[in-house]
Amino acid sequence: MKQAALEAHNVIKYFPTGHSGILGRPTNEVKAVDGVSFSIAHGETLGVVGESGCGKSTLARVVTRLIDATSGEILMDGESISHLSGKSLRIARRKLQMIFQDPYASLNPRHSVGQIISSPLSVQGISPPQGVKARVQELMELVGLNPEHYNRYPHEFSGGQRQRIGIARALVLEPTVLVADEPVSALDVSIQAQILNLLETLQAELGLTYMFIAHDLSVVRHIADNVAVMYLGKIVEMGSAQSVYTQPGHPYTSALLSAVPVADPTRRGRDGRIRLEGDVPSPIDPPSGCRFRTRCWKATDLCASTEPLLADQGNGHLVACHFPMETPVTLGNTQP
Amino acid sequence: MSNSPLLSVSNLCVSFNTPDGVVQAVNDVSFDLFPGQTLGIVGESGSGKSVTASSLLRLNNSVTSTTTGSVQLEGRDVLTVDEPTMRSIRGQDIAMVFQDPLSALNPYYTVGDQIAEAYIIHHSSATKDDVRARVLEMLKKVGIPNPEKRIDEYPHQFSGGMRQRIVIAIALINSPRILIADEPTTALDVTVQAQILDLMLDLQRETGMAIILITHDLGVVAEVADSTLVMYGGRIVERATVSEIFATPTHPYSWGLLGAVGSLDTSTRGHLTTIPGTPPSLISLPTGCSFHPRCAYAKDTGSRCTTEVPELHKVSGTSSSSACHMSDAQLVSLGARGDTL
Repeated sequence: MKQAALEAHNVIKYFPTGHSGILGRPTNEVKAVDGVSFSIAHGETLGVVGESGCGKSTLARVVTRLIDATSGEILMDGESISHLSGKSLRIARRKLQMIFQDPYASLNPRHSVGQIISSPLSVQGISPPQGVKARVQELMELVGLNPEHYNRYPHEFSGGQRQRIGIARALVLEPTVLVADEPVSALDVSIQAQILNLLETLQAELGLTYMFIAHDLSVVRHIADNVAVMYLGKIVEMGSAQSVYTQPGHPYTSALLSAVPVADPTRRGRDGRIRLEGDVPSPIDPPSGCRFRTRCWKATDLCASTEPLLADQGNGHLVACHFPMETPVTLGNTQP
Repeated sequence: MSNSPLLSVSNLCVSFNTPDGVVQAVNDVSFDLFPGQTLGIVGESGSGKSVTASSLLRLNNSVTSTTTGSVQLEGRDVLTVDEPTMRSIRGQDIAMVFQDPLSALNPYYTVGDQIAEAYIIHHSSATKDDVRARVLEMLKKVGIPNPEKRIDEYPHQFSGGMRQRIVIAIALINSPRILIADEPTTALDVTVQAQILDLMLDLQRETGMAIILITHDLGVVAEVADSTLVMYGGRIVERATVSEIFATPTHPYSWGLLGAVGSLDTSTRGHLTTIPGTPPSLISLPTGCSFHPRCAYAKDTGSRCTTEVPELHKVSGTSSSSACHMSDAQLVSLGARGDTL
C-alpha cells in the first residue's frame, strides 16, 4: 500500500468545561473528537461531513496542530507530528497548510494582499529564488487573481476573490497537504462552483492531498474520493464517495442524505424519506453505547449497552452500526 | 388556488441613499401571490430578494430609502396606508420569519413572553389565561416537546432548530394569511432544515396561508415551492412554475445557477459549470441587461444587451416569463437542452 500523506490514529480532543471550587477545576469535558482514525493517500481527497457540533472543525484544528490533541497521533508521510514543537513543528507546517471558512475573518484587513500571501514566507524565513513579490504574483495568477492587485487590501475584493487570496496564502510554501475547513460555505452558489473548480485544478496540477470539511453533502460528493461521516465526535461511516453515497450503511448517513433537498421537483414527496427527530445530543454527556441511538429508528437494547465499532462492509467501506442498512438506499433517498 | 391574488406587487422599486451613492436594491419588481401558494424567491446575495420581502412589511428605513410602486393587499396599498393600519397588517395579515433564530429572539425574555407579546398586540382584551392557553397551543403546533415546562424557559435553553420553531410560533400566532420566510433554514443543519420545512408546509396545509420563501438554495425551492422568481441585480429575470424552472429554464442566469448546483447524484467528478465573474454592485449596475458581463450569450444579440434593459415577458411555448433579449425559440431550445454557461 502507498504511504499515506496524512494519517490520524485514535485522535481524542476533550475540552474541559464547568468550574467548581476555589481552584476552579473543570468538572466536565466536551468530548469534541473522541477516537478518530483515518488516512489519506497522496493526491486524494478525504471529505469529512457532519452537522454542526459533530467535531469536524475541531478535528481539522487538531490535525493541523492549531490545537493539541488530548491523545492520539497524527502522521505526515509516516512520521508523527504530534510531539513536534518549536522549530521542528514550524518546518513540518510547510507541508501542511489550512484554508479557513470565512474569507472575511481570516484575512487581516490592515494588510495588503501581498503582505497576506507572503506572510507564511516571512514566518518561515524563506526567501524564494525569484523574490517575494514575483513569487506572490505567480500565486495570484495561479489562483485566478490579477497580479496587479498586489497592493490592494482585502475590503477591495469580493468574497470569492478573498477565498482565492486565502488559497494563495496556503499554497505559498508549496505544501503537500491542504486542510480546508468549510472553504465554500460562506460563498454564493455560483462562486462556490468557481472555488471548487479551482481546488480541483490545483490538486491536479500540484498533486495536492486534501482534507475537505463541509456540512454540504453535495459539495463533498463533488470533490472527495473518500468520505468520512462524523456524528458526536466519532466517525460513524467511512468509505469511497461512490459507495457511501449510493450504499450508505449507517442509519445516520442515510438520514443525512435523505434530508438534503434535491433540486428536482419531480422527486418531491418521495416515499421512504427518513426524517430524524430532535437534535444532536450534548457532547458533554453523549448517550451510552451507540451515540446515534437516541435518534435512530432501528435502535435496540444492544445499541444502548454496547458501542458499535467501525467494521468493514467489504471493499474498505467502514460502518459503525449493529444493524447496518441492508437495502442500498438510492440517492436523495428515493423510491422511483 | 383561487383566481384573485391575495397580494399584488407592481413596479416595486426600492433605493437606499448611502455615502457611496444610491443603491438601487429592487427595480421594477411585480408579482402576484395567491392564497395557499408557496412562492420561492431565489437569488444570490445582493440580488434584492430580502429587500423585496422587507418592503412588503414596510420595514425599510423611511429616511434613507425610497420605495415606489404599489403593494396591494385586498384593496389597500401597503406602501401608502397610515402607520396604525400598517401596524395591524404586520403580524396579523403578513408575518415574517427571519434567518437567524438566535438574533430574532430577545435573550432577556422567556419564549412564552415573546410569543404572547405578538398575540397581545393584536388582542388587547385577551385575559392572561387566554393568552397562556393560546401560546401553549402554538408551542404544541410547532412541535416543541413538553410545552408546559418550556414556555417559561429562555432562548439560550433551546437548540437552533427549536428556536426557529419558536420564531415560527411568534409569526403564526395571529394566523396571518401571508408568511414571509427570509432564509428560514440557512442557519440550520440539513436534518433540522428538513424538519422546519415540513413544519411550515404542514401549517400551510392546515391554515391555507400563502408563503413567500426567500432562499439561495434551489434544492429548497424544488422541495417546497409552487412557483419561483429568480432575481438578479434587483430585478426579476425569470418567473416560472417550479416544475418549469427545473425542466426548461428560460434565462441564461437560471441556466448558470442550475449548473452550479452540485448534485448528490453526480457520481462523476469533474468541473462544475460556473458563472464567470461576480454579482454586480448595486451602486453601479452594468448598463442594459445587468447580467450581460457574465453572460455567454450576450454577444449573440449584438449591442442590445449592453444598451437596453430586457423586459420581463412571457416566453411563448411555456408559461414562464423571462427578461432576456434572445428570441423565445432560442430560450426554449437552449433551456430544454439543459444548456449551461
